[in-house]
Amino acid sequence: MSKTRDVHAAAEPYIKAFQAFTENGAQRAPGWLRERRDGAIERFAELGFPNTRQEAWRFTDVKPIVQTTFALAETPDVSGTAKAMVRSLLPQPGGPVAVFVNGSFVESLSTTAGLPAGVELGGLDDTIASGSELAKRHLGQYADPDQNPFTALNTAFMKDGAFVHVPADTVMDQPLHLLFLAVPDPNRTLLWHPRNLVIADRGARVSLIERYVTVAPGNYWTNAVTEVVGSENTRIETYRVQHEADGAYHTASTHSHQARDSQYTMVNFAFGSRLSRQDIKAVLDGEGAECVLDGLSILRDRQHVDFHTTLEHAKPHCNSWEFFNGVFDDRARGVFTGRIIVRPGAQRTDSKQTNNNLLLSERARADSQPQLEIYADDVKCTHGATLGPIDDKQLFYLQSRGLDREAARSLLTYGFCAEVLSAVKLDRLRAQLDRLVRERLQEGAVSRAAG
Amino acid sequence: MLEIKNLHAGVEGAEILKGINLKVGSGEVHAIMGPNGSGKSTLAQVLAGHPGYEVTAGSVTYEGQDLLEMEPDERAIAGVFMAFQYPVEIRGITNAYFLHSAVNSVRKARGEEEIDTLDFIEVLQEKLKFIGWDDGLVNRAVNEGFSGGEKKRNEILQLAVLEPKLAILDETDSGLDIDAVKAVAEAVNKLRSADRSFVVVTHYQRILNYITPDHVHVLAGGKIVKSGGKDLAHELEAKGYDWIREQAAAVA
Repeated sequence: MSKTRDVHAAAEPYIKAFQAFTENGAQRAPGWLRERRDGAIERFAELGFPNTRQEAWRFTDVKPIVQTTFALAETPDVSGTAKAMVRSLLPQPGGPVAVFVNGSFVESLSTTAGLPAGVELGGLDDTIASGSELAKRHLGQYADPDQNPFTALNTAFMKDGAFVHVPADTVMDQPLHLLFLAVPDPNRTLLWHPRNLVIADRGARVSLIERYVTVAPGNYWTNAVTEVVGSENTRIETYRVQHEADGAYHTASTHSHQARDSQYTMVNFAFGSRLSRQDIKAVLDGEGAECVLDGLSILRDRQHVDFHTTLEHAKPHCNSWEFFNGVFDDRARGVFTGRIIVRPGAQRTDSKQTNNNLLLSERARADSQPQLEIYADDVKCTHGATLGPIDDKQLFYLQSRGLDREAARSLLTYGFCAEVLSAVKLDRLRAQLDRLVRERLQEGAVSRAAG
Repeated sequence: MLEIKNLHAGVEGAEILKGINLKVGSGEVHAIMGPNGSGKSTLAQVLAGHPGYEVTAGSVTYEGQDLLEMEPDERAIAGVFMAFQYPVEIRGITNAYFLHSAVNSVRKARGEEEIDTLDFIEVLQEKLKFIGWDDGLVNRAVNEGFSGGEKKRNEILQLAVLEPKLAILDETDSGLDIDAVKAVAEAVNKLRSADRSFVVVTHYQRILNYITPDHVHVLAGGKIVKSGGKDLAHELEAKGYDWIREQAAAVA
């Protein structure tokens, strides 16, 4: 029982901070929001932080987060650097973008004009203040605080983040950018809880770029939650790029809920953070729904990434594909969990899961665990995982065509990444990510040559 | 251009090649035939520089250079090419991209100017036209999901683009139906020239119906036990390998 008390002790500062948070303005929130926050902080107090004795956290030790004292970020610091960063990161100048600094929406950096009629893009806080019925109806309905303490913590502190609503049959021809900028504080380790809600009504089509970057090196913690609601016949594409500071922590959960004949694609890139954990839960809750989850991690030094995915087939005739590749150098470590649940009656489910891990150093490590829970009898579920260094046969093949050993290694590593890059359908974003991938691989090769 | 003297080589302590002697002149086509386990593929791999094989004695001189001292990529840059018996899949990289990287790598090492993407696409189209193939393979990931025949064709396409001086075909005909053998052989014939030599390693005589060799060598027990002209291949086809084995045994 002493262990339980330890966990609770670690949760205490957050419970105190929550009291300050509610007294400090959050009181003005509508009753429904206060109720959801109160429920979540209670749940967090019960759960405490996870530990490695829990199955879902076996390979990811969050002790560094538990042992750090964080200060809840308040007024965003909008410096010139942030402005320059916004300009440099947008593949399409002039396109719609919502910018968040340390978790809060910053209207002056955002461009939300020129959107098709009825499309909403902005800050969640403003949306709630305007009395949005949609926010009230959907917020917190998909992200279950009971399952994940970090989701509970985000829900307790949820205030601002992105709100996106695409009305019925609206087809967005340009992507919406959600840009989350970190401005670290050299004197304190800041924490923010971005809360995002994306709602696509019947027949709507939208592409989103959800990007987490820092304006400067530093230590901080982003604890994000994103809920995505796809009604009948919608098509939603999300490109999520986690490129936080090397000293940052990034915990996030994404919950998508799909109605019949909808398509949801999520492509994840993990480049930054010393420790990142991302829980992705996708529920296929209507016949004919399709879900694609892809991911690419490129890590080095002592970076750690954990993609914890759950695909729930709740209705028959749904397809899902998962394809996650990881490249790990130095002492970096990757964890992938692919849980697939096929509910009773979800016949004709077709699900395929692949997780490949390339270890560029002897001290790098990857753990991959498929978890299939199938309660229907007419289903097709396959999974496969690979793990290992660059293949000698491939190296010899490329060398025999005239590439030197380092060039051959680099081409093979790039090819491994290109498999995921090719899933990016937005040309400019793909070109930008392609450059980023090449730079990261190049830096790794240079440090290997030097070491 | 290539001279192999008393070459001994093996893998993990087991000797497979037990004293190979072979001279290949410029523009010549040599066929190396032999039963399974005779060391044919080992010879091809050793010439290409496969790191899994250990050379224990002998020498290989290529254009006056000690071939055995060179890294696999240095051999490629010097103009040695091996078409693999089992070509390797490279995920995420298209054939065109791979070939472009290879060509530029070779050009750079030779002190020549690199070719940009657009010019290279033209070069690739010309080569495809020259060997009479369509371009269906070039935009697919290298060998990924290719049929056996497509993989072998892809090796020949690489040969055409890289323009080696010495091309070693390691059982390129194995596992192919007769139409595919013909297609590969026709392409090879178009690539024959006075300054390009071929070493065609094969288990079967049938590819030699289309690629006429200048010399035929029979490899058995790690040694060349018989050499002759193109007729030797027909003799082998008619009589099998047993009489060669018996002859070799009698000599030993």
